[in-house]
Amino acid sequence: MIRDIDLMIVGGGPAGLMAALAAAEAAPEGAKILLCERDEALGGQLVKQTHKFFGSEKQHAGERGIFIGRGLSDAVHAEAKIEVMTDATVLGLYEDGIVTVLNDDKHLKFRPRKLIVATGASEKFLAFPGNDLPGIYGAGAVQTLMNVSGVKPAERVVMVGAGNIGLIVSYQLLQAGVDVACVVEAAPKIGGYLVHASKLARSGVPIRTGWTVKEAFGDQELEGVVLIRLDENFQPIEGTEETVYCDTLCLAVGLSPLAELLYQADCAMTYVRELSGAVPVVDEDLMTSVSGIYVCGDVSGIEEASSAMVEGRLAGFAAAKALGWNADLAQAEIEKAREELNELRSGPTGARIRAGIAKVQERREGSC
Amino acid sequence: MLSQNGIPTAEDLQQVMPSEERLNKGPVAIAECFQCIPCNPCSTACPVHAITVQPDINQTPVIDWDRCIGCRQCVAACPGLAIFVVDMAYRPDMATVTIPFEFLPVPEKGMKAQGLSRAGAPLGWFEVVEARQARGNNLTWLVTLAVPKDLAMEVRNIKAGGYRNE
Repeated sequence: MIRDIDLMIVGGGPAGLMAALAAAEAAPEGAKILLCERDEALGGQLVKQTHKFFGSEKQHAGERGIFIGRGLSDAVHAEAKIEVMTDATVLGLYEDGIVTVLNDDKHLKFRPRKLIVATGASEKFLAFPGNDLPGIYGAGAVQTLMNVSGVKPAERVVMVGAGNIGLIVSYQLLQAGVDVACVVEAAPKIGGYLVHASKLARSGVPIRTGWTVKEAFGDQELEGVVLIRLDENFQPIEGTEETVYCDTLCLAVGLSPLAELLYQADCAMTYVRELSGAVPVVDEDLMTSVSGIYVCGDVSGIEEASSAMVEGRLAGFAAAKALGWNADLAQAEIEKAREELNELRSGPTGARIRAGIAKVQERREGSC
Repeated sequence: MLSQNGIPTAEDLQQVMPSEERLNKGPVAIAECFQCIPCNPCSTACPVHAITVQPDINQTPVIDWDRCIGCRQCVAACPGLAIFVVDMAYRPDMATVTIPFEFLPVPEKGMKAQGLSRAGAPLGWFEVVEARQARGNNLTWLVTLAVPKDLAMEVRNIKAGGYRNE
């Protein structure tokens, strides 16, 4: 049986939740909006973000991610126009517009009039000898163990990567009573917010820019790592090796957009370094090259959760507008969201994102 | 250097310090926020509108120290835990420093805690004159230490646990 619905949203993280709420705000009574989340609960990465968010009040600045996630999830569950399906993995997008979903051991088929893909991102890995030893994790996994499952994940950690994830997870490791030996960053400068770096520094955690992991060693599991200094061309300098003993190595070396569904749907994709991978070519309404398929959040380029939430609103109202739902409200909200995104991205830390988005626009215009 | 190790230099700090005259008048907020990032909860939290983040939220905060009453709302609000309140008028030879704190256990009033520098180096044991949690879902604790005046611009953290009852 194929179920006809108005709008499907894939992914219940900050972008997907906001998209669902936005669309519901514009939708008439009786509208059918379905939100599919493959995890057992809504919230995405917000469920483990115990730190306070940046941005302005409009993006819940000053609130902790876990509480933002809870508030948005509650609002989605309370909204009669939104049907929530958890433990629901979207498997395929077909040429005839059918979307297949695995839920409760059943293979379900839907035919949504519009689709918003908010699948987020996955962690990148790093190649070095010994990187398959037990005790080497992505930083996100360690954060889940600590902040979702309540498990102390390690005794002594070396963190690789001084972007926001590496800095924040290091701080949360300290909060969980774990010793953080150091944060290692290959680049000559800290990539994340310096206030996060300062929190670690005043807790006595050294941040070592211009260093990387040469190799990891251990008999049955990780016992330590050899660090090495890098020159300005990111080449290791022989003779600078240093051994640091630790039971856990965390990799926080970036995220990649989770875009498999977009490839299946044959959306035009383009590699943009500034957005951390292959991203869909989108228009100003965040619609992909396939009419009716929209994106928001990290799947359209890696950025902060505050921007993901605003993108979610933009995509939600854009889909609503395309469905003919309360077009005046939708248009006004789309413009507000665009302004908010411009504001969030207008500073020096947004320069990379601005450059990435400009490349996407160029490639869209080039293909027209 | 701040951008390499997270430790602000004396030059960085000089840009955000109130005058000695203002410091001697009583509690005042100091925002050790040096990077233009999109963030403004300090300004919206300030009850006397002493903090501005203008013309857009990517600017660093500017504090009007004549208006600031040292109430510590911004210390609790700052997502980066980058604002501190220093009171140089606490005692003739002693100042207080209020530090945003997010570790357990939290020290109790009257205990002594080990003060740490911006580089995490121990600076001595100091009396906790107040420890209270910010309201609602904020959860950040505000720990106020009495420190010798010459360390008021040095102590910026406490070591979690191992507090002394004296």
